[in-house]
Amino acid sequence: MAYFYDLASGLKERGNTVTLFLIQNGVLPARKNPSDSTLAKLATAGVNILADHLSLQERGIEDNALVDGVASAELDVVIDQMADGVKTLWH
Amino acid sequence: MSEKKTLTFCLMDPPFENARTTTALRLIDTAVRRGHNVNIFAYEGAVGVPFSKQSAHANKVHGFEADEWNHPLPKDWVSEIMKHAEKAGSKVDWINCGLCVDERGMNEAVPGVRRGTPGDLVNWANTSDNTLIIPTK
Amino acid sequence: MATTLNIIESAYRATIEEQDDTIVWITHAMKGAGAELSVLLRGNAVNYCVTGQKAPEISFGAWQQTHAAQIDQDLIALMGKGVPVYVMEEDLAKRGISLSELISGVKTVNREGLLDLIENHDRIWHW
Repeated sequence: MAYFYDLASGLKERGNTVTLFLIQNGVLPARKNPSDSTLAKLATAGVNILADHLSLQERGIEDNALVDGVASAELDVVIDQMADGVKTLWH
Repeated sequence: MSEKKTLTFCLMDPPFENARTTTALRLIDTAVRRGHNVNIFAYEGAVGVPFSKQSAHANKVHGFEADEWNHPLPKDWVSEIMKHAEKAGSKVDWINCGLCVDERGMNEAVPGVRRGTPGDLVNWANTSDNTLIIPTK
Repeated sequence: MATTLNIIESAYRATIEEQDDTIVWITHAMKGAGAELSVLLRGNAVNYCVTGQKAPEISFGAWQQTHAAQIDQDLIALMGKGVPVYVMEEDLAKRGISLSELISGVKTVNREGLLDLIENHDRIWHW
């Protein structure tokens, strides 16, 4: 995970528009956690962080339990960005 | 609804092994529902996703017979996505990598699935609006 | 023509059974089909650049393997076909692999180099 967060952060630092879409177990770090501010820092740096609504529900993570700067979203966002030609990577 | 585009997905995971199969089909279904044409190149274990001989079983641990338990079969999800696409005027083209089919003996697939080669993935990548690889681990 | 960067991370996954790394293999096949490709090895896949590796030929009963994988050679062949092969420096270092152990022709990149590759290729396929 650290590699992908760093990739997102590095691409953002270079002025790119970056969305990190968390899905499956990737949403687990999106739960507010005082001992881990990684996602909050990424969000503050301007990375748009979204978490798959179904994956959150599956894991009992409510919207109000999400790290600041992370929003619940549907897969439509991924498809819309793909349709717009955004470079899309899975990790 | 957005302008109709063509999106290509490459899948690698066999069914029933991890969450990527479900996620991949959810993405494909979403793309179809949003009016796009979709190509799927199934590589390695993913050729098992549309394998027509999948069959549901009972779940005695939970106390259900096969018809009651209604165990999901990804082959049915694939067929339903294709049916929906047809009704919606979108195209879903599913190619199973032929060598991957051969080594696994997974020759029987649901209607609408055909055999192909890596050249098909190259052709699709060149002619579609975007391509997403969903790798295995 | 659009350029594709194949980032290979998963390593030695079914390489004995397949007698290949299936992503290195499909890269060969796609190059043959006319694709413009580069390869970046990261994570455990950096070990593919270590020269002289050869999987032992295994046997079960009377069955004897005859074409075990030689992935370093496959990468050399790929470079021979015009596919640049890059490898992440920090992942080599984490695994104690020195540059002198690598097959010749691979290009090492650091974090900035990775970002450059991502920005300079039209498609990024992460395997």
